[in-house]
Amino acid sequence: MNGKPGKKTSIKIDRCAKTFPDGTNALEPMSLEIEGGETVVFLGPSGCGKTTTLRIIAGLENPNPGGHVYFDGDDVTSLPIEHRSVGMVFQSYALFPNMNVEENIAYGLKIRKMPSGEVAARVREMLDMMQIHELRGRTIDQLSGGQRQRVALARAIAVQPRVLLLDEPLTALDALLRERLRVDIDRLLRELGITAVYVTHDQAEAMSLGDRIVVMSHGRVAQIGTPRQIYFEPKDEFVADFIGTMNRLSGVVTEGLLEVKGGRIALSDREEGPLEILFRPESATITRAEEGMLTGRVAGAFFLGDRTRLIVEGAGDESLIIETAGSREFEQGQEVGITVNPDSILVL
Amino acid sequence: MRNTRYFYGQLAFTILVCSFLIVPVIMSVMAGITENFFKGIGSGVTLKWVWQVWDLYADTIFLSMLIAIACLACTIALGVPAAYVLSKRQGPVARAIEELLTLPLAVPGLAIALALIVTYGGYRDFRASWVFILVGHVLYTLPFMMRSVLAVLSSADFRTLEEGAASLGAGFWRRFFDIVIPNCRSGILAGSLMVVTLSMGEFNITWMLHTPENKTLPVGLADSYASMRLEVGSAYTVVFLVMIVPLLIALQKWGQPRKMRAKMREDSPELQTEPVSKD
Repeated sequence: MNGKPGKKTSIKIDRCAKTFPDGTNALEPMSLEIEGGETVVFLGPSGCGKTTTLRIIAGLENPNPGGHVYFDGDDVTSLPIEHRSVGMVFQSYALFPNMNVEENIAYGLKIRKMPSGEVAARVREMLDMMQIHELRGRTIDQLSGGQRQRVALARAIAVQPRVLLLDEPLTALDALLRERLRVDIDRLLRELGITAVYVTHDQAEAMSLGDRIVVMSHGRVAQIGTPRQIYFEPKDEFVADFIGTMNRLSGVVTEGLLEVKGGRIALSDREEGPLEILFRPESATITRAEEGMLTGRVAGAFFLGDRTRLIVEGAGDESLIIETAGSREFEQGQEVGITVNPDSILVL
Repeated sequence: MRNTRYFYGQLAFTILVCSFLIVPVIMSVMAGITENFFKGIGSGVTLKWVWQVWDLYADTIFLSMLIAIACLACTIALGVPAAYVLSKRQGPVARAIEELLTLPLAVPGLAIALALIVTYGGYRDFRASWVFILVGHVLYTLPFMMRSVLAVLSSADFRTLEEGAASLGAGFWRRFFDIVIPNCRSGILAGSLMVVTLSMGEFNITWMLHTPENKTLPVGLADSYASMRLEVGSAYTVVFLVMIVPLLIALQKWGQPRKMRAKMREDSPELQTEPVSKD
């Protein structure tokens, strides 16, 4: 059942739904195909069904009757997890406290009855790959959170699984560590070229790791696409709000101009009538008050070093968030002009 | 000044309470090794009562040990899987069974024994064998084993640990013996301590169930208090203490939680040369 190196397993989820015994509908019927070697990230707020989907792929949950999971075209729906050859990484690490680091990594290999010489060699290879060689004799309670997750990753990939499944692996770690481990996981997934499914509620993680992102909400798929598609072409309000920061302006279109509280924006070929437009903080530029399409007052300025994040009031019904170069200084209450790049304006 | 007065007041109180509890034990031990208790320790110190007890009651001591060990084996074999299943099921049925298994603690031992005799007394060979006493002991001690294993099982996330093992290819029995059992070690040991000491000292149920051929240590003790010199009964207590105290200390040592031992290792100097955290 072990995936041979070089051969990458594709996953197909066919009309998988999940209703729990207490009646909650965790997942509406969902179909998705994941190519061999692809990294797909399930992204969404808690309770959106992303973990349930991962657990169905893993074999830890059964889909409702009618749903099927295929690995490389083989129906694995009725196979329990121990026969699916999946590597799994958990938020809570799930390392065995009764074994040290080496024994944890070797556990799956011993179950596969690998000769002890080969086990030792493979464990050494994993320790080197995850750069945790000096931890090999430690017990689990002697490790920090980041070290634990490295061991958990090593343990999961040691058995050369067909698919690697990661359930919020970085959520329990602090910000700096999360960043570093994210880079390591990215490198690992590229090196191994393994088919991977990654569950997170952190959009930065999803953007940087995913070949494709599946945004989920209330047990449904809201959008499937590359990180760029999800960011620049969100399909609906939920995706637009969940990924990054989005500004909204609503007004009425008359003669190709959208009239809002703080001014007018030129919009070609739009029908006359009420309209709401969306744009990202980096899609607008700050100008002098008299030169902008819109005018507003600075309600807050946050200097972030390379850039300054401004909160501008009075241009629309809601305050706008605009990013500008860090070198300029702003005062509270200062009048500024705003020009929005017409190409980056979104209408849903 | 006030603080020192408080301190000495508290110390005196503690010593008073401790002596109230410990002095009778010491008196009993003294009585067991005194030539003549009524003349006092001045009459001389001797081990002859202890030897007399050994001659008369050695078989009760061995039977007590046998029953305690068999009882431990039974409660581990029954209690650990029962606790495992109960920790996995959260429904009302599981809770009801848990309460039901705890019932023998609330029912007087004499009543349990009587129920056993009424039900199984007709099977003569069974009634006459030591296994009959064992059944009573298992009924009485099982809740202690189960509770203490259950406490460990519900304190850690065993579900995720098992899922981790399953993802690495481990089937149910491998998960149970590789992951579940080793990680409830502290609960099993704490339960064992309770079971062995309770079985050793159990009197109520045993007194009803025993036959002249099958007497355990506490029943023999009652027998000797009733029919022998006071010194013999006390010497019996000495034998009992000599057996049970080392056992208690040993089990306490093994039962020490894993975390504490790990911490003690961490504090040892050889490990401090290595950086504890890399990240």
